[in-house]
Amino acid sequence: MPWLLALRGIVGREILRFLHQRERFLGALVRPLIWLLVFAAGFRAALGVAIVPPYQTYIPYEVYIVPGLLGMIQLFNGMQSSLSMVYDREMGSMRLLLTSPLPRWWLLVCKLVAGVAVSLLQCWAFLLIATLFGIELPGPGWLTVLPALILNGIMLGALGLVLSSTIRQLENFAGVMNFVVFPLFFCSPALYPLYKMRESSETLYWICEINPFGHGVELIRHALYGQVSWPDLGMVTAVALVLLALAVRGYDPRRGLMKRKGG
Amino acid sequence: MTGLSFRYGERVALDEVSLSAEAGRFTALLGPNGAGKSTLFSLLTRLLISRQGQIRIAGHDLERQPRAALAALGVVFQDATLDLDLTVAQNLRYFSRLHGLPPRQAEQRAEEELTRLGLWERRNEKVRALNGGHRRRVEIARALLHRPAVLILDEPTVGLDPPTRRLLVDHIHQLCATTGMAVLWATHLIDEVDPISDRVVILHRGRIRAAGDVPVVLAAAHSDSLADAFRHFTPESPPAQEAC
Repeated sequence: MPWLLALRGIVGREILRFLHQRERFLGALVRPLIWLLVFAAGFRAALGVAIVPPYQTYIPYEVYIVPGLLGMIQLFNGMQSSLSMVYDREMGSMRLLLTSPLPRWWLLVCKLVAGVAVSLLQCWAFLLIATLFGIELPGPGWLTVLPALILNGIMLGALGLVLSSTIRQLENFAGVMNFVVFPLFFCSPALYPLYKMRESSETLYWICEINPFGHGVELIRHALYGQVSWPDLGMVTAVALVLLALAVRGYDPRRGLMKRKGG
Repeated sequence: MTGLSFRYGERVALDEVSLSAEAGRFTALLGPNGAGKSTLFSLLTRLLISRQGQIRIAGHDLERQPRAALAALGVVFQDATLDLDLTVAQNLRYFSRLHGLPPRQAEQRAEEELTRLGLWERRNEKVRALNGGHRRRVEIARALLHRPAVLILDEPTVGLDPPTRRLLVDHIHQLCATTGMAVLWATHLIDEVDPISDRVVILHRGRIRAAGDVPVVLAAAHSDSLADAFRHFTPESPPAQEAC
């Protein structure tokens, strides 16, 4: 019971904080919407997408990039959670969390669940707006995509936790965008199927193949059409578990996460 | 705590520190900046772990039974740890859940503690709207929600005006007397110590220089004022501040 109360408290706090930060909510929606409504509009003429699973017919480019943009929302949300962990640590509220009488791994899981919950809100809001703009998605997809979003959210949230346990200062966070977010996003099938990448460069194709974010996007893509992509599911689960273990290790007091301040 | 030592790399922050805070008493941990007070608090709250020495909180070994030990501990950190965009009540509710208090009990205790500190009427205001003194009071109310056996406060009056400082010091002294709670209050402000009832521990450069009731510490320093005794035990450090 105390464990569940803590979970409720942490998730509730993150959602409240998210709803209070209107700019963050807006930013989380505007970013993928610009890609969807502007980038895709310009690109649809230049890029024809052949029929690839799970699609059974030719689809407009806007429809193709929806799963990638859902992944992007979760990627940015994971980084945002990570940023807020570093901020919390600098501002002291991390101390409050870590001194509560619960195992540290559980507190991290709660943080992770809270981040995933916030990302789900963002994803559904995005899907709603996309639908209003005429993007056609299968009706049951709204629900069948949920497990994939949860799993992908856990993987990217765990990545955020690992980063936050290694990044000591808020100022160093800008590098994360260049060295983590952009490579993960562009080396993935979020914006173009990987066969297109293979036509340009075999090396790049293989880099994309091992990118876990790409597997997350494909997992979401299939789930949106009521299908399970088992290889992607396996990859995302495995990477999520490894990252979670690294995060727990990173926040172990024996390894001295808080070793930064004397006095 | 007994025989506690801690290093940041080569720098020794704490060296064989042993001290205790008795139930029902206010123990003032006096030390100039850099004495090792914050390191001591990080060890007490398990944000840092030392391989040398032992910490027991209300009978629980912090290393072997961390959850039971932390459950008995109330903490007011030196840095503010409130969510500015949440209301007073929401901040307290978050903390109660972290400590596993059932919702009804949590609400009841929040009302008791906030009323005691004169903030119940402001429970629905965002923390951002409160001044520094009120924020500190909220943090003290929060630290007491789970009825800890030991309350530790790391320089809680830094940056507060004298009347607010007095109010908080008096409040904690009163709590000690009425609830039987052990209090460890870190400060470098001598006038926060009650010379009649308090115990004093002087920490300097990571080592305990003096400990005991105020008369004992004065006698050890051959002095008749705590400020002189503090200077005696902490040479080469800026003089401690008295009442302002």
